Amino acid sequence: MASLELVNVHKAFGAVEVLHNFSIRLQDGEFLVLVGPSGCGKSTLLYTIAGLEAPSGGVVRLDERDITQVSPAHRNISMVFQSYALYPNMTVAKNIEFPLEMHGVDKVSRHKRVRAVSQLLQIEHLLERKPRQLSGGQRQRVAIGRALARDPQLYLFDEPLSNLDAQLRVDMRTEIKKLHQRLKATIVYVTHDQIEAMTLATRIAVMKGGTLQQLGTPSEVYNRPANTFVAGFMGSPRMNLVRAHLAAQGTGGLALRIQEGAATTVQIDLPPEVVPDAMAAYAGQDVIVGLRPEAMSLATPGGGPGPLQRVVEAEVVVIEPTGADTLVVINLGGHELTVRVEPEVALSPNQRARFVIDMRKLVCFDAKTETLLA
Amino acid sequence: MPDMHVAAGAIAPIGHGSTTGVDVERIALYGLLGVMALLFLMPVYVMVVNSLKPLDEIRTGNLLAFPHHWTIQPWLTAWSTAQIGVQPTGLRPYFINSFLLVVPAVTISTLLGALNGYILTQFRFRGSHLLFAAILFSVFIPFQIVLIPMAMTLGLLRLAGTVTGLVFVNVVYGIGFTTLFFRNYYAAFPVELIRSARIDGAGFFSVLGRVLLPNSAPIIIVTVIWQFTSVWNEFLFAASFSDFSSFPITVALNNLVNSSTGVKEYNVHFAGALVAGLPTLMVYLLSGKYFVRGLMAGSVKG
Repeated sequence: MASLELVNVHKAFGAVEVLHNFSIRLQDGEFLVLVGPSGCGKSTLLYTIAGLEAPSGGVVRLDERDITQVSPAHRNISMVFQSYALYPNMTVAKNIEFPLEMHGVDKVSRHKRVRAVSQLLQIEHLLERKPRQLSGGQRQRVAIGRALARDPQLYLFDEPLSNLDAQLRVDMRTEIKKLHQRLKATIVYVTHDQIEAMTLATRIAVMKGGTLQQLGTPSEVYNRPANTFVAGFMGSPRMNLVRAHLAAQGTGGLALRIQEGAATTVQIDLPPEVVPDAMAAYAGQDVIVGLRPEAMSLATPGGGPGPLQRVVEAEVVVIEPTGADTLVVINLGGHELTVRVEPEVALSPNQRARFVIDMRKLVCFDAKTETLLA
Repeated sequence: MPDMHVAAGAIAPIGHGSTTGVDVERIALYGLLGVMALLFLMPVYVMVVNSLKPLDEIRTGNLLAFPHHWTIQPWLTAWSTAQIGVQPTGLRPYFINSFLLVVPAVTISTLLGALNGYILTQFRFRGSHLLFAAILFSVFIPFQIVLIPMAMTLGLLRLAGTVTGLVFVNVVYGIGFTTLFFRNYYAAFPVELIRSARIDGAGFFSVLGRVLLPNSAPIIIVTVIWQFTSVWNEFLFAASFSDFSSFPITVALNNLVNSSTGVKEYNVHFAGALVAGLPTLMVYLLSGKYFVRGLMAGSVKG
């Protein structure tokens, strides 16, 4: 296991810049998930780490060793591919053995290692089969087994679960997380699935258009998204983003006014405790308010709001029960917002209801640059 | 001969589909197909029947008649005692020459085609498209044009008049086709398999030998059939660049037919022609179904 460091890595195909100056440092044992929409450069970055693509500039260091010019074979890296990439002509055992054989490991040690790995992944009964005789989940296990065989310093996963059906994907996700806990391996994992990113990562790198949007722990990325792109990309349903006017109050406090000037203006006073310093400068300007669906809830008839809560009244538009909870789309000052409420909720469309906002979970973004005000 | 095989096979599926009773169109169609099949089969029939007759029966009787007196003597004569040029050796030594020519020529040109296909698809170097176009162009150069330059080259290499020289000529001429086959096949080869092999530590030749080639059975079969047929049947280079000791079977057959000992031994000539044609026929019969399948496999994506 080892640390991984990328310094100013960039990549251009001709005039097309697919990866802008990208720097990141991973500690030993970290699980980094690269996430973003297709074409964001995450796979290119992974291939650059693997050595399958040469970067146009920058340095890649593995365990403090500069590997920028080292061939993939000599980087001491293993990779699991989306298509599993099992060699169709070889049995499972031969597949797992292949990287060891290529690195000149003697036969006895090879067999010992194949046994150990297949035991770990519970694929011993498959060893004599050919890949075409395996199911998708089994192939995925074998592919992971082949990656484990060499005990490399770094594991790369390229969307390994996207070819599996929904249920199996969840199971394998857990398997991979278990494996990481057991092996304490350094892993870089590419996915476009934000739930995979949230569940697996110790750190998430959100990418868009070849640039890093945010690098942080799952909780940081989820709760304090660096910009509206990250806010909208992570989380399902998406974070509600609403344009509002930040008004200075006579008392010296600040308030958000949604649909300023119209008859249906909604005003939300901001408790001074939750106002970041940077926000004071925005008084009198527009900002974008970000509210996670679970930052709001249905107001209970009895008790009033706490000191860090605010109550708004809004019209219910649609009710979507999902089983575990119910999503309610409300109309707040002309904007549709999604609220996550208890599964058994007594609401009906067109009804007006009172909702509590947890002000600690409210974030604001610059209306022009769309970056977080913090 | 392969044509005969295809024509005969083409009738079968239509027959299975027919459910109607008397249908004039259908009868006409079958009649026509039957006539065509007979036309294709007639020469083969004549060759086989007459190669099993004594010469007297051919001269006095009907070419289309069945033998009265069956004999395999013409085959034995053609194989081991017939006059080829000045030597009464039969076709046997030349048959062996042909194998000594075909086996290395096919093996080497197939392997080089695989190597070229691998390089042209996996390493996008500057000018790779131009290089491929140039290799492909060689497919369209008529044999006659290269006769003199090739003769000079063989002279310089001191390979003139040897089987090795013929191997060289056929390999050079075969590379265009084999490269085309393998390049198209490898262009559709799963990229991740090769990437995976490279990360697993496979070098340039390990990727080719351990991953690409073992998964290339369909296109290898196509290439082998193609090369075997064209090298085995090749006459112009063989006639131009070989001498008495290194003639392949095509030239020997020509000499057999042209060696005059007073009478034209038609039965021996027919037997000789059949002997010369049998190996390619065998290759088709054994792997014909892979041939079609392999051509499809390579042509879906290019």
